[in-house]
Amino acid sequence: MCRWDRRKRRRNRAILTKRSVSPGAAEGLDNGLRRRWRWGEKVVEGWVFLAGLLAIAVLLGIIVLLAKEGLPIFSHTPPWEFLWGTKWYPVSDPPTFGIMPFFVATIMVTLVATAIAVPVGVGCAAYLAEVASPRVRETVKPIVELLAGIPSVVMGLIGLMLLSPLIQSMFDLNTGLCGLTAAIMLAMMSLPVIVSVSEDALRAVPEEFKEASYALGATKWETIRHVCIPAAVSGIAAAVMLGVGRAIGETMTVLMVAGGALAVPHSPTDSMMPMTAAIASGIGNAVRGGLQYQALFAIGLTLFIMTLAINLIADWVLERQKRKYAR
Amino acid sequence: MKIERVLSRQRSQRIALGLLLLATAAVTIPVLVILLQIVVRGAGAIDWGFLTQNPSQAGKAGGIFPALVGTFYLMVGTIIFALPIGVSAGIYLAEYAPKNWLTRAINMAIMSLAGVPSIVYGLFGLAVFVLALDFGMSLLAASLTLACQALAMTITTSREAIIAVPREYREGSLAIGVTKWQTIRHVVLPQARPGIITGAVLAMSRAAGETAPILVVGAAFFLPGLPSSPFDQFMALPYHLYTVAAHVPGMPKGTVWGVALVLLAVVLFFNVLATIIRLRTRQRR
Repeated sequence: MCRWDRRKRRRNRAILTKRSVSPGAAEGLDNGLRRRWRWGEKVVEGWVFLAGLLAIAVLLGIIVLLAKEGLPIFSHTPPWEFLWGTKWYPVSDPPTFGIMPFFVATIMVTLVATAIAVPVGVGCAAYLAEVASPRVRETVKPIVELLAGIPSVVMGLIGLMLLSPLIQSMFDLNTGLCGLTAAIMLAMMSLPVIVSVSEDALRAVPEEFKEASYALGATKWETIRHVCIPAAVSGIAAAVMLGVGRAIGETMTVLMVAGGALAVPHSPTDSMMPMTAAIASGIGNAVRGGLQYQALFAIGLTLFIMTLAINLIADWVLERQKRKYAR
Repeated sequence: MKIERVLSRQRSQRIALGLLLLATAAVTIPVLVILLQIVVRGAGAIDWGFLTQNPSQAGKAGGIFPALVGTFYLMVGTIIFALPIGVSAGIYLAEYAPKNWLTRAINMAIMSLAGVPSIVYGLFGLAVFVLALDFGMSLLAASLTLACQALAMTITTSREAIIAVPREYREGSLAIGVTKWQTIRHVVLPQARPGIITGAVLAMSRAAGETAPILVVGAAFFLPGLPSSPFDQFMALPYHLYTVAAHVPGMPKGTVWGVALVLLAVVLFFNVLATIIRLRTRQRR
């Protein structure tokens, strides 16, 4: 507890005791009650404080456990070989653990997904924020929220059953289960956060900016293009980063749809296995404390660091954006 | 000359706005197509027996009753752990927390927790609840894992709901000599309740659809009966859907879509419920 808070409490107590209460008989009862209250207040305050600390505890717990279970792999495979190795043979003798194939797959799928989701998502946000009538807006927004509510395993099913045959025939592939199919599904799944955060950023642009632009004779599109989007650009960037974070961490869809090949992928239409899918498909066979188990936790640690960095940057950018037009 | 330029500006405006409309359509139409496809393809598989019988022949025949019940247990288990702690932490952050580095650290931790991939929560749950605390691959371990994941959401929604209660309510209560906690308990929390419930319902919906963590902490694909204690293994709808869709050869397609439809119905039911609660309170205010 900080000094400031203690001082505040002391002041409150002073106010409480100075308060004019009914004299005489009521006084004794009042004192007893007050003491009991004060004790109860302390207990409650302690409890809610502990609950708040739990958030930090869980985050630290995740970091400590991933490190404790994952780092021992580096005594078998040096970090350098772990990150740059291209061969993942956990059960051969001797086993090798190189996560390059998974890493490249994650980056590739995420980049393609972002390339699809950003123009569509930001376009949709601009339409909703600046062009759409309230009625259109009130119809589209619940649909976007609905999309956010669809479980990832259901999106995986859609990719597996409906999209992959389509991709297979369109690109004339041996199998439709490839990075591209996964990326399209991931793009859809990251759309809700991109649309809603970008829309909020666009709505936060002061009305005066737009009025000034119209007063100069600019058309609606010119205003959106040259005034609204530049003014909201950091918020939009944060939206994109949150979408990227979502795409990197998504598991079930890529596990079901990306194909699962262990080689380093060369094009998005290759079958591949992103990091999340590698963990999910390997953990069932890994013996506790074994090398594969450690290696999978080390992948988890890598994944955690990547998403944490992206989210922290996005949060920092959003905070700055918020302060920019705060009045 | 000038008129031409105005015309071309207007034409580019029309094209650009058309593209924005197209982007909006590209977001909304696939959602509607997906929902329609699942309903149309899955509706045929669903009847009373599908919902109330045990599965047989690796899910190819019979029903999904244990998976449905397992998912229900998971939702309840998640919210039992996540809600009390989430609301308490929300109260702390909204009412008690001083403006210092510790509060900033807590807020940052919550924000970071929200972005941690679900599979990482799975690894955390495996290492802590399944192995270290030795709960085994059980309903309890899975509930605790999902509760950790839901924590960020329940804390944030409670905090926002409590902050949204007007200051005057608190001042009125404090002015008549009521203590701080009594004010929170009898004045602030009742006002914040709809917001807190909305967050809880959304967290439950999220828990019902989450697959990756329970895949890691060990949901069962097939069990002869319902779990009888928190330490039993369990079946769950999303995991069942994953296995029948990706791992059972010769699976009748109709059944897979049927499972998907039931899962979607459960998850979206809670989503819509949360929206209704939110809209009703907004109208009342």
